[in-house]
Amino acid sequence: MGTTDTTATGRSDGKGSGFRKSLMTLAASVMLATSVQAATPSTAAVNTTGLAVTDDTVTVGILHSITGTMAISEIGSVQAEKLAIDQINASGGILGRQIEFVQEDGASDWPTFAEKTRKLLRQDNVAAIFGAWTSASRKAILPVIQQFNGMLYYPTFYEGLEQSPNVVYTGQEATQQILASIDWAVETKGAKTFYLLGSDYIWPRTSNKIARKHIDKLGLKVVGEEYYPLGHTQFNSVINKIKLKKPDVIFASVVGGSNVAFYKQMKAAGVDFTDEKPLLLTISVTEDEIRGIGGENVEGIYASMKYFQSLDNANNKEFVAAFKEAYGDDMVIGDVTQAAYLGPWLWKAAVEKAGSFDIDKIREEFAGIEFDKAPEGYVRIHENHHLWSKTRIGQAQLDGQYKVVYETEELMEPDPFPEGYQ
Amino acid sequence: MFDGYTSTELMSIFAMQGFAGLSLFSVFVLMALGLAIIFGQMGVINMAHGEFMILGAYTTYLTSGFFQSYLPGLFGGYFFIAMVLAFLICAALGALVEWLMIRHLYHRPLDTLLATWGLSLIMQQAYRSIFGAREVGVDLPEWMMGAIQVTDMVDLPINGLFVMIIALSVAVGVYLLMYRSGYGKKVRAVVQNRPMAEGVGINSAGIDRATFALGCGIAGIAGAAFTMIGSTGPSSGQAYIVDTFLVVVFGGAQSLIGTIVSAFGISQAQSTMEFFLSGSMAKVLTLLVVIGILMIRPEGLMALKVRR
Repeated sequence: MGTTDTTATGRSDGKGSGFRKSLMTLAASVMLATSVQAATPSTAAVNTTGLAVTDDTVTVGILHSITGTMAISEIGSVQAEKLAIDQINASGGILGRQIEFVQEDGASDWPTFAEKTRKLLRQDNVAAIFGAWTSASRKAILPVIQQFNGMLYYPTFYEGLEQSPNVVYTGQEATQQILASIDWAVETKGAKTFYLLGSDYIWPRTSNKIARKHIDKLGLKVVGEEYYPLGHTQFNSVINKIKLKKPDVIFASVVGGSNVAFYKQMKAAGVDFTDEKPLLLTISVTEDEIRGIGGENVEGIYASMKYFQSLDNANNKEFVAAFKEAYGDDMVIGDVTQAAYLGPWLWKAAVEKAGSFDIDKIREEFAGIEFDKAPEGYVRIHENHHLWSKTRIGQAQLDGQYKVVYETEELMEPDPFPEGYQ
Repeated sequence: MFDGYTSTELMSIFAMQGFAGLSLFSVFVLMALGLAIIFGQMGVINMAHGEFMILGAYTTYLTSGFFQSYLPGLFGGYFFIAMVLAFLICAALGALVEWLMIRHLYHRPLDTLLATWGLSLIMQQAYRSIFGAREVGVDLPEWMMGAIQVTDMVDLPINGLFVMIIALSVAVGVYLLMYRSGYGKKVRAVVQNRPMAEGVGINSAGIDRATFALGCGIAGIAGAAFTMIGSTGPSSGQAYIVDTFLVVVFGGAQSLIGTIVSAFGISQAQSTMEFFLSGSMAKVLTLLVVIGILMIRPEGLMALKVRR
């Protein structure tokens, strides 16, 4: 396929320099093509199912909401995925092929996600899809991606209770995030009573169910459990209830704009989180959210995630620097953004191990695939398609960053169908 | 649920709960007044009301940034200037929208509904392109944060008090404008009988434009005030719009007093029920009560008696 031709002619907008540039592109690509020719396996061998793979390119899909209410959360994931793709391309691509991507907009609308998935799989024949954020959008994609046998790399921490042969879950499932954090609160902070508070949809409800079971097992007490509709902006009543019940820990999974309202109103009601009376432990506020809430309103809260931008290791320093160079110094990187960054890299590892882009061949290789350049440190794919990863507790600082105060010694095993927690 | 609490604790909780209800009431009044004015006067349902509020919020955000960079000494007072600016900018945009769009669609309520909904989508996407999809954090001056400690247990949030004062001032201002000014007299004349009002020489098109602008301007003030208690993002306006409609419809479409009474009723019901039930259940029960009352009184709590 004449991809070099199209770039050469298509780009010649300014006359002289454009022509020179296209000559150079042509020369460069010829050189690249001849130099890697020997190592590059033939397209017929690595692609037996009609994916969009040519002798020097492979096409993938990126499917997130860049318009609508979810754009706020999903744009970070798009940026991370593009960064990973750029880096892979710069280091020689996959099986000698450069990655090209087709980006589609899910528009925060779940049926649109299904339709765009169909388009990516049937029309563009993409070799992988990096995308989705909310559980609702993932559930919309699921039947389509299973029908046409694609592979989705899904970045968000989520409620579990799912395991599809056509999805790799690069974020944590609920037990990984919750169990370690409650143990931490009990052991190091002596917590005895808990108040569970969340937005009213599947993720907070499932998470709190797991939290409640775990608290019961430890012989401790849940003194309140509450849900507010998505987008709720008035939390004064629940703040009064919390003041009355005096729990040791508020376990919060409030999301979206409600988050901003909740923390601002807590602060206004005279609650200073740095006193840790009560201690606030959240599983939903990443550095991204703090930008909207304001560091002064969340200073002192604790979050339980697998990744914080402030993680002190060489991989992460490199990642943060590259991300800021690509998108600007004022960028912050939250847990999901990092998980999205893992997607292309894990896909690359699986393709190289399988020696093929075929979905069925990659799937057989997933279990045990490791990635030791992960910003979060090291991850490994479990046979249930989730990742082994560490869980960390960070304390929010005035500048909107988290200071890591605890991390699990071992990698937490992903357990999407936890027995005894259903 | 009150076992094991001392009576002082209970008293302070009830005091704070009463305050919570009142601050919800003032939030509702601020949200609903602008919409009620437009709906009552022109029969136009402005689906972009929430987006006008967010325009006010973004104005506040920009003003705070400006003061931080250029006039840090006056930062403590920037909020008042931000509110005035929010009112002016939203009113100007409102007048423009009325001229470009709404005036061509009078007597076609369903079309205005669709058109203003389309406008809301356009405005949301415009915010997203200009300010980015992420929520922005609006810095507040030090004196507006924290709480006044009345007793050991009772803390009154300062920003809650501030929202109450704004709501009260806006309500009084609207009352004076509608019932004590020449403009208000004309508005009421147009509402009661448009052809007759035109017959005696009132420029009803001008009145319409001014009213639409006024409603949008009040939305802007509301948006500025809500930066203290909520989020400022491209789609944050959506969080307010349902409650706003609820208050206006329940109050009776053409009555400003009705809007205030209904805001009071709904806010008290909701905050009391939120205290005894969970948040989602409180909302469900509030909606059920409203539906029940609307079935008995379809015209809302306080309908204007007009000969049709």
